[in-house]
Amino acid sequence: MASQTSSQSLFFRLHIDVTLLMGLIALVALGQIILYSAGGESSALMQRQAIRLGIAFIVMLMIAQISPDTMRRWSPILFIIGTVMLIAVLFFGTKALGAQRWLDLGLFRFQPSEMMKLAVPMMLAWYLSGRHIPPRKLHLLLALVILMLPVLLIAKQPDLGTSLLVTCAGLLVIFMAGVSWRLILGFTFAGLAFTIPMWLFLMRDYQRQRVLTMLNPESDPLGSGYHIIQSKIAIGSGGTFGKGWLNGTQSHLEFLPERHTDFIFSVFAEEFGFSGILLLLSLYLFIIFRGIYITTQAHGTFARLLGASIVLTFLIYIFVNIGMVSGILPVVGVPLPLVSYGGTSIVTLMAGFGILMSIHTHRKLLAH
Amino acid sequence: MAERQHLKDHFIEQRIFHNRSIFAIFFTLILFGILIFRLFILQINNHEHFTTLSQNNRVSVQAIPPTRGLIYDRNGIILAENLPSYTLQIIPEQTTIDIDILINELSLLINIREIDIKKFKKEVRRKRRFEGIPLRFRLSDEEVAIVSVNLHRLPGVEIKAQLSRFYPYGKETAHVVGYVGRINEKELKTLPVTNYSGTNHTGKLGIEKSYEALLHGQVGYQKVETNVRGRVQRVLERHNPTPGDDLYLNLDIKLQQVAIEAFNGKRGALVAVNPENGHILSMVSMPDYDANLFVNGIDSKTYNALNQSWERPLFNRTILGSYPPGSTAKPFFALAGLETNTIQPDHQIFCPGFYQLKGKAHKYRDWKKWGHGKTDIEKSIVQSCDVFYYDLAFKLGIDKMHKFMTAFGFGQRSGIDMLGERSGLMPSKEWKKRVRKQVWFPGETVIAGIGQGYVLVTPLQLALGTATLANGGHYFQPQLVSAIQRKVDRIPRPVTPQMIRKIPIKRQENWDQIYHGMTEVIHGARGTARRLNKPGMRYKIAGKTGTAQVFSVAQDSSYKEDELEERLKDHALFMAFAPADNPKIAIAVIIENGGHGGSVAAPIAGQVIAAYLDQFSDEELKRPAQKIPAIPSGQPSTPSTPPDSTAPAYSLKSIQHGGHNHG
Repeated sequence: MASQTSSQSLFFRLHIDVTLLMGLIALVALGQIILYSAGGESSALMQRQAIRLGIAFIVMLMIAQISPDTMRRWSPILFIIGTVMLIAVLFFGTKALGAQRWLDLGLFRFQPSEMMKLAVPMMLAWYLSGRHIPPRKLHLLLALVILMLPVLLIAKQPDLGTSLLVTCAGLLVIFMAGVSWRLILGFTFAGLAFTIPMWLFLMRDYQRQRVLTMLNPESDPLGSGYHIIQSKIAIGSGGTFGKGWLNGTQSHLEFLPERHTDFIFSVFAEEFGFSGILLLLSLYLFIIFRGIYITTQAHGTFARLLGASIVLTFLIYIFVNIGMVSGILPVVGVPLPLVSYGGTSIVTLMAGFGILMSIHTHRKLLAH
Repeated sequence: MAERQHLKDHFIEQRIFHNRSIFAIFFTLILFGILIFRLFILQINNHEHFTTLSQNNRVSVQAIPPTRGLIYDRNGIILAENLPSYTLQIIPEQTTIDIDILINELSLLINIREIDIKKFKKEVRRKRRFEGIPLRFRLSDEEVAIVSVNLHRLPGVEIKAQLSRFYPYGKETAHVVGYVGRINEKELKTLPVTNYSGTNHTGKLGIEKSYEALLHGQVGYQKVETNVRGRVQRVLERHNPTPGDDLYLNLDIKLQQVAIEAFNGKRGALVAVNPENGHILSMVSMPDYDANLFVNGIDSKTYNALNQSWERPLFNRTILGSYPPGSTAKPFFALAGLETNTIQPDHQIFCPGFYQLKGKAHKYRDWKKWGHGKTDIEKSIVQSCDVFYYDLAFKLGIDKMHKFMTAFGFGQRSGIDMLGERSGLMPSKEWKKRVRKQVWFPGETVIAGIGQGYVLVTPLQLALGTATLANGGHYFQPQLVSAIQRKVDRIPRPVTPQMIRKIPIKRQENWDQIYHGMTEVIHGARGTARRLNKPGMRYKIAGKTGTAQVFSVAQDSSYKEDELEERLKDHALFMAFAPADNPKIAIAVIIENGGHGGSVAAPIAGQVIAAYLDQFSDEELKRPAQKIPAIPSGQPSTPSTPPDSTAPAYSLKSIQHGGHNHG
């Protein structure tokens, strides 16, 4: 018992939250197992992902060392840099798959929109924590302006998934700051009213198509509805216990599109069935509840708002990804957090957990 | 105050945050609840539905085409076989350069015809990109070698070994065995879709077409696991196809060769039948053509040359050619007169060289200007007196002639196991009223008496009529196929001869008198075919020559002056059976525009009869006819086979098509 407390305090001094770390490691390990199957049993693919995960964990631990107070002070600068880079992307960005998302910085390619997933809630938490809580109407309006600027820039790339997640992250900060329910309802209706001009003017054809086929995937089984239909077949044919690891026919026979990225959940559901899904969702739930616990224990408005936003954005990630592969949400290109193959999103997510760890482990130091 | 305000704010902030955190927890649980509910519906409630969909996704069924049955002659000599051949195909998915450039590249190496490219392009649109599409069939060894060494710079090109139909006697059997060809769009609609899902070729003509259902066999299939592009990953289960049945023909290819040689380039037809059972021993239509040309697509130049030739090599004269029988009809009419009691055995007329109907000025001329003088039945046959038959026909009347001749199979389809035969014509008063909407004139009866006028026969009908006359009135359905052999047991199951009718004999002496007359045609001193009578013959031949007038050449056909003269010449005919006292072969020969039957047609028949009867010993030639079906020699006979298995499993389709169909 004594040694446990001492080790606990050792981790604490290293600014590591062991509970959260265990949850993350378990999730990442499960993710690697799924990826091996989804990637066509390619160990090279797994290795690349393992390297990314390693980097992401290091980033997390490094960020955990920075105190929330320092973060708060750096928030506006980070936000401005991020916004400038988003504008730069519009002019000098690298094009890939019909979207202009990357900045070529010579050594590596950088995706500023990923950074904004953290910079936007940080900026809003900085802004609102210095004001009256719950925020007054003028502050609220300014907060929305701060939010919409990067969101529109990202949507213009176009990157619907990321702009959606950034919007959520920002709105969650505002929500946690205590916006009255009346205003929330009002904005919900206003938002619905906004979708009409967005549908008509802002959305690209392929985005509109995605929404339409989400509503009725069978209408275009060989075209845009194909992904959703194949994904539903993969999930549904998994049954209670699944077809077994590496035995998923939908994925291994290449019926399932984007198996190792956005649709990796379907591979998991096919091979491990409903019972496997319950295990995966339990791991996610464990991480989320730990996150919520950390934010409730947090000291300072900035830390609370930012922490809650990070945790709930993580939740939105999960919901949107599983919702889209199971056919209840449109296919918007949101990866399954910490499981899908892909570099930047993992680093961003782990950086977020680094902030949570920082919030938790710097708490007592602040108190004194 | 500020401090208190701050504390109060802090307290409010704490409470708001606490409330919102509790809401966040509920929010989380609600979202997870939605997901679990959704996944429960997909994985537990609709599991079966999606499992089915998933199965259908990955398992696809592929057809395995059966091997086509072989065709043998009566002695087991192969007439249609499947030979491994090399096909050059292109897999579009694997080509890295433009297909047109690739084909161009290939045409520098081997001969690729326009038609090959045309058919290839047609198939490219139909098939999937990973499937091989044939460009050239039947590459020679040299061509295979040339392409093989260049394969490295021909991406997507593949040389595949497969079975291809081959006719070792392509020319000799083209009109009997026919040929297979690539399935065309019209056939796609009528052929059973499933059974032909892996088949490229179907019977187009002859036995290949008539026995398509037996020769083709039953398609097999394999269940394979495929990926999304349809590429086979592995075979899950395999059901082998049932190969098509082998056929043994009654045809004797050696005899066929003798007959063709005897034709020596003349146009015409020959049919030889075994009068004991209706088996077709030989069937020749000249000119012929090589059936192998059609198997993998004939080029249009060659086809047009064949199709437009005035000699009509593609026209199967044995079942499609309709000719006036001329004097070959005389023995039948003489028998008709005797059996109907219209004339007596000692009946005689005086032939002045012409015949006149009472009260009419028109003279029906005899071929012999000055007449035959006193003419009895035998003489009328031996010297082919026309006046005798003008008179006889008038005495009989057309309806009695029609009735008697119909029993011998004239004017109706024989039911031979080959599709598309013509029925010929044996006119009657009723027929003329029905078809021509005219009354019958007595003069038409008179010229029908010498096998002219409306009377038309096919060479097959003439041979069958001769056989029926020879065997004492047993009319058999002609049969090309003698036995059907399944691949599983390799036991040939004989096709039982079908006797359609027995013509009642009123007086055997009547028949014998005709036989005697016909024998005198060859062996008598003044017989019209006496050149067939050779010293030291082991048997006697009974026969009748004929010369049929060609009335007109089709008005619309273009012809040259010398061609026209040739085409207005009489047709030469001959019908015979032998040995005269114990018939084993009945034969009919027609030589188009050949002149006189005795000098042109009879020698051909004589050679075929000699070649056929040479294989019998003296004793066998004398042995009376046995009514048993022939089975191919060298094969075990199966007397114990149950009756149902000996019956033909295949009934000839009643589809009739006029003329030659080009596939």
